[in-house]
Amino acid sequence: MAEIRSTDRGILFSGTLTLDSIAALETQISQLLHDHSVTTLQVDLSQVTAVDTAGAVFLHRLPQIGRQVGKDLTITPLPTEELQHFYTFITAAERAESIPPTAVNWLEQVGEQLLQSKERWATFLYLMSDLTWAAIATLFRRSGIRRDSFADQAIAIGSQGLPIIALILFLIGAVMALQATAQLRKFGANIFVADLLAVSLTRELGPLMTAIIISGRSGSAIAAEIATMKFTEELDALQTMAINPLRFVAVPKLWAMLLCVPLLTIMADFFGILGGTFVAVAAFDISPQAFIDQVIGSLFLKDVLTGLIKSFSFGWIITIIAVYRGLEFSGGASGVGQATTASVVTSLFGIIFLDSAWGLLFYMR
Amino acid sequence: MKRIIGIDNLAVAYGEHLVLKDIDLQVEEGERLIVLGGSGCGKSTLLKSIIGLTPIHAGRIEIFDAEPAHLPELERDALLRRLGVMFQYGALLNSLTVGENLALPLEMHTDLSPALVEDIVRTRLHLVGLDQAYALLPAELSGGMRKRAALARAMVLDPEILFCDEPGAGLDPVTAAEIDHLLLTVNQSLGITLIIVTHELLSIERLDGRLIMLDQGEVVFTGTVAQAKTSDLPVVAHFFNPGASRP
Repeated sequence: MAEIRSTDRGILFSGTLTLDSIAALETQISQLLHDHSVTTLQVDLSQVTAVDTAGAVFLHRLPQIGRQVGKDLTITPLPTEELQHFYTFITAAERAESIPPTAVNWLEQVGEQLLQSKERWATFLYLMSDLTWAAIATLFRRSGIRRDSFADQAIAIGSQGLPIIALILFLIGAVMALQATAQLRKFGANIFVADLLAVSLTRELGPLMTAIIISGRSGSAIAAEIATMKFTEELDALQTMAINPLRFVAVPKLWAMLLCVPLLTIMADFFGILGGTFVAVAAFDISPQAFIDQVIGSLFLKDVLTGLIKSFSFGWIITIIAVYRGLEFSGGASGVGQATTASVVTSLFGIIFLDSAWGLLFYMR
Repeated sequence: MKRIIGIDNLAVAYGEHLVLKDIDLQVEEGERLIVLGGSGCGKSTLLKSIIGLTPIHAGRIEIFDAEPAHLPELERDALLRRLGVMFQYGALLNSLTVGENLALPLEMHTDLSPALVEDIVRTRLHLVGLDQAYALLPAELSGGMRKRAALARAMVLDPEILFCDEPGAGLDPVTAAEIDHLLLTVNQSLGITLIIVTHELLSIERLDGRLIMLDQGEVVFTGTVAQAKTSDLPVVAHFFNPGASRP
């Protein structure tokens, strides 16, 4: 361990000036220098036995510490040639002057943000059209879609996503039935809970909830995969092999999403109505046959079809946004996280926007 | 010279596949040991086994007369602080600046004041010629700068042994030579023991240390660069003269 103490002429260091001991010396030295009666002090290093980088840097800093307390320090050489060589080798780096950031006024900042946003929108719209066109064109190519990749994606999005969608929609259907029946029974209209469930699930909740779950589950996975591929230069490698990386990677994902989201929506509608039926039968004494008849009677083909058209468009926008966010990735591991988060948040906005647009188109009279 | 690493009868397997077998190796203080061999021969696995990243299948590894695998956690951490590792791709934390990357081990392991930590970091960056990179993010560095920053981070706790996995891989010849020069400097001026995994012939000649050559998971040659160049062993001869017909 290291020690410092005052002598008549200055300060005496002894022991090992290494990483483990410097912190303690740092706290003592200023006080020791301050308390010394002499203004010009000699720092005696003759009893130092070892020095590492931290020790050498500390010794280099001593004159500066001395000046802070109004003392002038003279440092004696270290006792051995080896230690002196090390001390000389470790030259304390000059602190670079930090350049203050150029002040930018708020108007310039707004302008820059607008320009960047314009560029981002242009890139997004180009990607949207390019990927959509590439997906359609693939159908007419002899080579077609990459079947292995398409099947893998369809399994990941569709069959592996089904259990969570089934469970969530079953519970939503049950809760809706519970809340609605509690109100409708006041008017003796219990049975109309079937109409409410069937119409709201097929038109709105089924497609919307499915899309929200898929954007969190599969959209984020697509964004993370593409971001990682960009990070590890896999996309660049594809490009050097004259393969369009975007089409190669994204088109099978887009088709898998376009197929699976509507299918999952049908299953979501089914499980939602099943949850409602369960509550109606178990808690409100409605016969299963009457409930199912009421559901079938209340539904029009248009309700189911508009739900499916919506879900098809949701699948499309989720994929486009996920690919865009993945490609927009920059930085390292944290960049991948940001890309996935951005993908989910933007997808939610895209889904709600499209849902509103379809709502206006289908039901505004 | 004092022995600081001793490996006896080491075997490492990935599942059923034996990657290293019957490895016996001694490393002395202050020496430069170069582990070489073709791709997939087990070089990086040997390095990762020594630093404890890959579990060993059989045998014994001693560092500073202690077996890291059998040490209590605190003692093992203390031992690891005496080692520095420069990863093949730098492995700098991308969310931190270069300065923060270097300061991290100092902040985690010592109570030094922020000003002194900054000075130590800047001194290390100065040593590797990256004075201007203190506030830059790893993503803003070139490949060579990233390697230099990784070297600076590996040395920030003044390790006694520095492990380098493919220090020149992916770099242009000039930058690779600069990295080798830096490694020689830290070995000769700071007395740090170097264990370098590489298959770059120019780098091997520049570093001019003791060689051990691996082939299919076994040590097939130990000696100097000059001895390797004149070796009759077909694997060694082919490695140093790849234009010749394969053994």
